[in-house]
Amino acid sequence: MGIRLEHVNYIYSPDNAFRKQALRDVNLEIQDGEFIGLIGHTGSGKSTLIQHLNGLLRATSGQIYYNEQNIYDDKYRMIDLRSQVGLVFQYPEHQLFEMTVLKDVCYGPKNLGLDDDAAVERAKEALAMVGMTEKDYSKSPFELSGGQKRRVAIAGVLAMHPQVIVLDEPTAGLDPKGRNDILNQISALHRQTGITIILVSHSMEDVAKYVDRIIVMNRGEVFMDDTPKEIFRQSEALERVGLAAPQVTYVMRQLHKIFPELPEDVTTVEEAKEALLHCLEADK
Amino acid sequence: MGIIKAAKLFYDYVSKDEHDEIEEVIHAVSGVDLDVEAGQFIAILGHNGSGKSTLAKQMNALLVPTGGTLWVKEMDTSQPENVWNVRQTAGMVFQNPDNQIIASLVEEDVGFGPENLGVPTEDIWKRVNQGLKSVGMLEYSHHSPNRLSGGQKQRVAIAGVMAMEPECIVLDEPTAMLDPNGRKEVIETVRQLNQEKKVTVILITHYMDEVVHADKVYVMDDGKIVLSGTPRQVFSQVEYLKQLRLDVPQVTELAYELRQSGVDVPEGILTIEELVESLERFKSR
Repeated sequence: MGIRLEHVNYIYSPDNAFRKQALRDVNLEIQDGEFIGLIGHTGSGKSTLIQHLNGLLRATSGQIYYNEQNIYDDKYRMIDLRSQVGLVFQYPEHQLFEMTVLKDVCYGPKNLGLDDDAAVERAKEALAMVGMTEKDYSKSPFELSGGQKRRVAIAGVLAMHPQVIVLDEPTAGLDPKGRNDILNQISALHRQTGITIILVSHSMEDVAKYVDRIIVMNRGEVFMDDTPKEIFRQSEALERVGLAAPQVTYVMRQLHKIFPELPEDVTTVEEAKEALLHCLEADK
Repeated sequence: MGIIKAAKLFYDYVSKDEHDEIEEVIHAVSGVDLDVEAGQFIAILGHNGSGKSTLAKQMNALLVPTGGTLWVKEMDTSQPENVWNVRQTAGMVFQNPDNQIIASLVEEDVGFGPENLGVPTEDIWKRVNQGLKSVGMLEYSHHSPNRLSGGQKQRVAIAGVMAMEPECIVLDEPTAMLDPNGRKEVIETVRQLNQEKKVTVILITHYMDEVVHADKVYVMDDGKIVLSGTPRQVFSQVEYLKQLRLDVPQVTELAYELRQSGVDVPEGILTIEELVESLERFKSR
């Protein structure tokens, strides 16, 4: 079960001079419970791709299956898909509009047809998942800090009980601590609920630290699809498509030239530290 | 006096209730002293809400100090008659390009600034082309800005400021939305402007690796400057920076972690080369 894309193409403005093919023959299989990083330079097709996953954009050609059901079937109810695949856009705090935090998070579940009590219950549960406490419920969303606003916006999607949550650069514009808080929260959510998470990010450091699988987009195509270690091993290829490996990967590659016993495919600071301490100890 | 100088600078945000009674006063900038020499590359760090943007907006006279004085090229920004000259001296680039692009063609948008300055038409085109070239967007000059990606838009916004040929550019998190190459390109462009055209740069950022080459780094917390110095001095304070919700580049963090574990590497390592060099002597003899 999960999401499957078969030969998906998408063309913006197919009939006029602005025609642009944003997706080219995309084939992907996303299993339940995966934590995926989606990377690619600006304009590589990431945002177009994720908007297909909950039916906001309809493929020009090709098929998309959610839990083995073709979402382009006449009988398929798009509203089911949208309640199960939650999309958190860039700067989601711009979409907060209610008077209080709690009301804002209730908006989604109410739209799904839940009564007030059930909606409030889900909202409270979702707010707890993103680390917001009871004393925040009655605050105006506009009193909150940037990172808090963003967590409330994410709670708004979680309250719909999605099976899959897609986050488009959830840490953009946040300070380093705010970035870590949000990502740790998302990672905990993944561990605790087993929900599928697709994280669109420009930070290779973040992606390396958190996800199990990376999909690299380039010119509307899936350019690579593998584990972080395998992806960042190919840093030259990444650089060709406007990306890079985390800084620590380059550090370790340089050090490998001096200490051949050091691994070359390190992607996090923690891993690098362990490997170096081990190596320096052995060298004494 | 440097090109930008602040003395005991304050800025308060005052919120009032419906009866015009003061509910709350927030000291967003609280007693900042600053002296930036012409031609320097200055970085300002600080967590969300630490007062960086409020400080930056005062350098462009978008906000006028509620206490203390700010001079841009010896012009007191609180004097209304100085406003236009201040803005022409210190150009500003904001975080969100969507709020600063106005024209329907990229080249027109970039030309808007110089046109407003009364630059002759021929020179406007020269400046537009140079501006776009410096941010790698020349091939898009006839495109519509609203069809560009966020990163491309930001580069157009920077080109627009560059086309005004200011002596100083204040950039408020200009790379927050860019991909790694876009970030590199923007930062390299800004450094190039600083080195070749001697433009004074004030860069506000959350990306620590963009700060490594600055002449001086200021760190803000609670409206005050709590740490300043060369990048090496500032990044030696790993613990303190983390307390301030900040971070250090990965190579600095790795060096710090190794030091904590008893490996003899110097403090404040900033580049891959430095770390490699300092570890080289551990090579088994």
